[in-house]
Amino acid sequence: MSLLEMRGIEASYGPSQALFGVDLQVGAGEVVALMGRNGMGKSTTIKVLCRLLRNSGGSVQFDGQDLARVPPHKAARAGLGLVPEGRRCFPNLTVHENLIAAARPGHWDVARVTTLFPRLAERRDQGARSLSGGEQQMLAIGRALMTNPRLLVLDEATEGLAPVVRQEIWAALSHLKAETGLALIVVDKSLAELRRMADRAVIIERGRSVWTGDMGALDASVADSYLGL
Amino acid sequence: MNREGLINASVYLALPVLALAALALDEPFTITLATRAAILALAAVGLNLALGLGGLVSLGHAVFFGLGGYAMGILASHAQSYAPLYDGWFVVEGTKSMPVIWLVAVLSSALAALIIGLLSLRTSGVYFIMITLAFGQMFYYFSISWPAYGGEDGLSIYVRNSFPGLNTLDPIQFFALVFALLSLVLWGMGRIARAPFGLALSAARQNAARVETVGLEPFRLRLVAFVISGAVTGLAGALFADLNRFVSPTMFSWQMSGEFIVFVVLGGIGRLFGPVAGACLFVLLEHTLSGVSEFWLVYVGAILLLVVLFARGGLIGSLAGREVADD
Repeated sequence: MSLLEMRGIEASYGPSQALFGVDLQVGAGEVVALMGRNGMGKSTTIKVLCRLLRNSGGSVQFDGQDLARVPPHKAARAGLGLVPEGRRCFPNLTVHENLIAAARPGHWDVARVTTLFPRLAERRDQGARSLSGGEQQMLAIGRALMTNPRLLVLDEATEGLAPVVRQEIWAALSHLKAETGLALIVVDKSLAELRRMADRAVIIERGRSVWTGDMGALDASVADSYLGL
Repeated sequence: MNREGLINASVYLALPVLALAALALDEPFTITLATRAAILALAAVGLNLALGLGGLVSLGHAVFFGLGGYAMGILASHAQSYAPLYDGWFVVEGTKSMPVIWLVAVLSSALAALIIGLLSLRTSGVYFIMITLAFGQMFYYFSISWPAYGGEDGLSIYVRNSFPGLNTLDPIQFFALVFALLSLVLWGMGRIARAPFGLALSAARQNAARVETVGLEPFRLRLVAFVISGAVTGLAGALFADLNRFVSPTMFSWQMSGEFIVFVVLGGIGRLFGPVAGACLFVLLEHTLSGVSEFWLVYVGAILLLVVLFARGGLIGSLAGREVADD
């Protein structure tokens, strides 16, 4: 059985419906690329998954548990780690404080996170708001890891970063995949990197999941018709 | 030690230095003034956990201050009249022992904070302010209309309560006791602010949704903070009553809650030593300006206005040259 099963998800922001039927499955240790053009419902799907938005239809099962009535903090405690879009750290805390504020016991601790991102060790006592964009992103990933999730969701983790920093983050994510077997959902614009990282892809168009398959099967014609690449 | 550290140390040491100087010069009234400042500082240090770290603008902290005061007043009045507090299946006597009074003050204000917090923390912003104010008014009018313990006239205690090994009627010894408690609470608050709980509370003040996505529940963080905050202010209330040997409904008044907020804002919101600086400044102004004019609060209002407009970091923040607190 999969770690995550989202079936027939429908969701609305007030009167305007954004999702009309999204299916998304993630197995243990699997890396799934969530793809689609802007405004097609990727971030909304992630919001539903992390319970920041209630779905009006369909079901979300995580590790056999129905998340229908679960508030966001309980979903996080169940093992859902979110790296939100826009590098959202706690700006008024230092790097170290960001990491320990939400720590829960498990494999990941400050030492392991700073081994993954050595820059965070250098900036240990610096305020998060004074970090560069890339460092803030590393901190956001590190903070999510500190909660010891079983599924880590990365929403546009490399957006707006310099190519060098991007490579650093992709390297860290590959390391996560290879060494720890953590399941990932990755939303990103870089098809090349997703091909390298992801096992499967789910493409969302106008609030529906329209294509699901192995990353290898995502050929030029699929990319052309759904992603406009 | 950085500049803010030096300022903190001088604010903290100003009180005992003043008290000792007054002792040397044989000015017991000044010692009492320092004691009053330390007690009000303690109350505001309690509020600062909710207001500064948690961002909870409570206009009802006088509830806890008053409960602490009445815990002292009720227990001590029964002890001085030798009438048991409760005489039924078992007998509860009054007491003149400070540690017992403190325990009752802390527990009763913590319980009140738990109930008020459970009801008010579901709301935020102006609704939170109004609910806490409403609770404050409830306690205030109840204390006025309850004749058993003096009603509007309040309750006088003839002799200050006792603490093992000390003569609490000696101003400097009572000051030392109060200052020791203030130091202990400041140490504890410093620990809380740097612990994961305090960090998460501080993060939730800035962005509650972000805190939820890492598995923390803002409501629970705030409730715990509110209870600790209320308990500390309750302890200060018991000490304040003991200092004056008098308890009255004024301790429950919303003006009292307002004063605590003023101490925190004057000194520097969210700064560990901010409320201490604020309370000391207030007592100093009260003492010097009330001799100048009976409308001395006008001057305090003007100073507060200047601080809010031009020195958001309060007294400590502007002296340290940094607006943002280390949190």
